[in-house]
Amino acid sequence: MKPKFGVVVFPGSNCDHDAYYALKKVIGVDVNFLWHKDTDLKNSDIIILPGGFSYGDYLRTGAIARFSPIMNSVINFSQKGGKIIGICNGFQILLEAKLLPGVLLKNKSLQFVCKDVYLSIENNDSFFTKGLDKNKFYKIPVAHGEGNYFADEVTLKSLVENDQIVFKYSSSDGKIDEESNPNGSLMNIAGIINKEGNVLGLMPHPERSCNPVLGKNDGNLILTAIVNNFMN
Amino acid sequence: MFKVKVLVKRRPSILDPQGMAVEKGAKHLGFNNIKDTRIGKYVEFTVDAGEKKSAEKEVKEYCDKLLINPNLEDYEFTLEEIA
Repeated sequence: MKPKFGVVVFPGSNCDHDAYYALKKVIGVDVNFLWHKDTDLKNSDIIILPGGFSYGDYLRTGAIARFSPIMNSVINFSQKGGKIIGICNGFQILLEAKLLPGVLLKNKSLQFVCKDVYLSIENNDSFFTKGLDKNKFYKIPVAHGEGNYFADEVTLKSLVENDQIVFKYSSSDGKIDEESNPNGSLMNIAGIINKEGNVLGLMPHPERSCNPVLGKNDGNLILTAIVNNFMN
Repeated sequence: MFKVKVLVKRRPSILDPQGMAVEKGAKHLGFNNIKDTRIGKYVEFTVDAGEKKSAEKEVKEYCDKLLINPNLEDYEFTLEEIA
């Protein structure tokens, strides 16, 4: 059976409709919006915390959204093994909620970065990445001011040991170096999962690259892999 | 009632790109003695509590839960009784 998605809408979310459109109209699965003041996840199988500037990024990115009523349900859902994807601001919220380890600092350049990057698949054995090709470099846009992933040494070591780093920024031919790093992230980290493997956070926006008419389709491959993995 | 002043500082181990950028401005202006710029936050509010001890406990909880991120920041605060 195809999974049912729930896309959370916080005040200041602005990629909620992109995620809805990509999943419903392009990939063809059921999607519901979930209002931040509600607690009902509407029987969703996979929850998406979308990009944007929830609560104006006040205090710290994601810090206030993390205490929205819906987040209690999302945290409970994750503890029962429910699948959760945080994209961009959604990733920042997952870190504030401690569903993922580490923090996202201001970009090293201090500039908002809005461009296409390439992602190298570091682990294609997770629920979110099974079926993706380690020899292909996925062209996905980023758009953020605070995507510079940082964690202390102990955390970083455990991320590596448990294969939790799933996406890294690379060049179009797979070089993982400073030049291909858009924001200064440690080890070029673009996306991580939790130890249990049911929570994913990533800075790039797969939902914005799901339609060949718009010139790119690699995000579609990532979201479709997730749908397929749910069905298998 | 207590007036609370919280000072939030970036942990020493965390890079502060904002502080570094501001320091570049200092150099452009000729302030060559300015070094080790770190930018933090200042938050003030009142707590409606009778006793200093319970006010302190509440402030600490509030800081730990929302105002600061322990991965990133340290904090200190002062309490002053007001009428």
